[in-house]
Amino acid sequence: MAAESSPKIAIVDENPIRAAILEEGLREAGFASVERVGEMNNLLARIYQIDPDVILIDLENPSRDVLEQMFQVSRAVRRPIAMFVDQSDTASIQASVDAGVSAYIVDGFRKERIKSIIDLCISRFNAFAKLQDELERTKTALEERKVIDRAKGILMKLKGLSEDEAYVLLRSTAMREKKKIADIAQSIITASELLK
Amino acid sequence: MTEQKGSGSLTPLRIGFIPLVDAAALLVAVGKGFARDEGLDITLLREVSWSNVRDKLNLGLFDAAHLLAPVAIASSLGLGHVKVPIVTPFNLGLNGNAITVSPALYAAIMAEVDGDPLNPLLTAQALLRVVTARKKAGAEPLVFGMTFPFSTHNYQLRFWMAAGGVDPDEDVRLVVLPPPYMVDSLASGHVDAFCVGAPWNSVAVDLGVGHILHFVSDILARAAEKVLAVRQPWVEKNPAVLAALIRAHDRAAEFIEDPGSRAEAAAILARPEHLDVDAEVIGRTLDGRLKVSPEGKVRESSRYLLVGREGAARPDPVQAAWLYAQMVRWGQAPLSDASLAIARGVFRPDLYDAATGKAAVKPQLSDGVGAFVGPAFDPSVITGHLDSFPIRRR
Repeated sequence: MAAESSPKIAIVDENPIRAAILEEGLREAGFASVERVGEMNNLLARIYQIDPDVILIDLENPSRDVLEQMFQVSRAVRRPIAMFVDQSDTASIQASVDAGVSAYIVDGFRKERIKSIIDLCISRFNAFAKLQDELERTKTALEERKVIDRAKGILMKLKGLSEDEAYVLLRSTAMREKKKIADIAQSIITASELLK
Repeated sequence: MTEQKGSGSLTPLRIGFIPLVDAAALLVAVGKGFARDEGLDITLLREVSWSNVRDKLNLGLFDAAHLLAPVAIASSLGLGHVKVPIVTPFNLGLNGNAITVSPALYAAIMAEVDGDPLNPLLTAQALLRVVTARKKAGAEPLVFGMTFPFSTHNYQLRFWMAAGGVDPDEDVRLVVLPPPYMVDSLASGHVDAFCVGAPWNSVAVDLGVGHILHFVSDILARAAEKVLAVRQPWVEKNPAVLAALIRAHDRAAEFIEDPGSRAEAAAILARPEHLDVDAEVIGRTLDGRLKVSPEGKVRESSRYLLVGREGAARPDPVQAAWLYAQMVRWGQAPLSDASLAIARGVFRPDLYDAATGKAAVKPQLSDGVGAFVGPAFDPSVITGHLDSFPIRRR
């Protein structure tokens, strides 16, 4: 895509990592003119300064309502928003809402050019959500590991067990009570603190 | 969705809301188990923007939602957005907003007000003098925050200031701000005033960054604020579920209005997963007894927020017509008899009556609106009605 025909895209997202992932994707796809807005104060003024053709905003952002006033034709609005994604295409609205992003198209931008931007947005947002999910799981696993190690230490000390024996005891108790090993470990830590 | 009445299992419903005090009937219907008693298993989904609530309701991700009354009408008319017919069988609240101004603007208005500062005509005229003086001095126009283009807040602010001769589009700037950002924006000087629902006015007063200038009940005696919104086709497919939902809400509204249980209602609203605000602050709104100035001055009103009393829960098509008239007045909607009929049809007292079996409460106001200025509202002659207001966009 030639630079001069590249639409100006504004990404409104308070999450700098997700915004960077989206920006990178857009640039790779040949959209050269991408601006990120991470500061929600005076959002409208910032948008006017950028004067974008397309505005992308995450759905966790309360400032989405601020953009809605750009649908109104008034003195405060210089270039009104013409539509929200493609109004005739419920499937694309549904997919973007599911991914957690919405797109506003400013008046004058050719409708057929939006599809590729939306698709890219959806896939990058979904990729980010997956990444975050994995991160969250790793974090939880790490924390559980710490709890189990502490409980093992308590059992070793109180019952004179080896590390392996302490772990076997934790695991068999968890299986018998149909609970997670980390939960049993946590109860041991809590109990030992109560009995201190 | 299929009906599961009488099978012993509960009907699951997903209902979206914004953390505001006027979601009370919904939150209490769930929190007190009234919905469960009616066979409903409601999952509450807290949202951060009205745009999200609207889109998720329209797409069917929500079965029902706590929604700005004007958004239900705008959606049904297809204004600015996808046209999705929405109806409301239950009005979640009348009034409940307030106009809060910065200490500087408060002082400026008080210096100019000629008489009782609770009289909105006098404060609006004082605002005109403040605005005129600022223009002469070459100062930037005053900025007023409100919550959404299609919101009662927007129309209440406009109605008030226009009565004093201030043109809301020419003389000041009206900007949309998410309610949680209102207080910060007032403190930082990004806005000089705002119109918003509870608890945000009280939060600004408590922090010493704002004075409550008016309760919106000073401007209109009755204004439909938030509604329980559902898609029209959903109503047709789920009549029994809808009736159960209305009854659960009606019971909750009565519970909230009962002085004996109001504190419990405030505590339910205060929960972290609901509003996550101090129950005492919420209680002020439900009691209509608010601290209005940082120095601690308290004002009490029996009309601050009506959740169920005086027939507040029963949707009144006259209210819908008034809101539509404001859309026309400010250039958001063209005037047509067909649009007026659609707007009125969004508010469905028949569904409320059928579900609750209550006799309609006779409105105490002759026109059902009770505006502080202008002729009585007559929905059958909107053109003539609007012509009596000199400042308008049509």
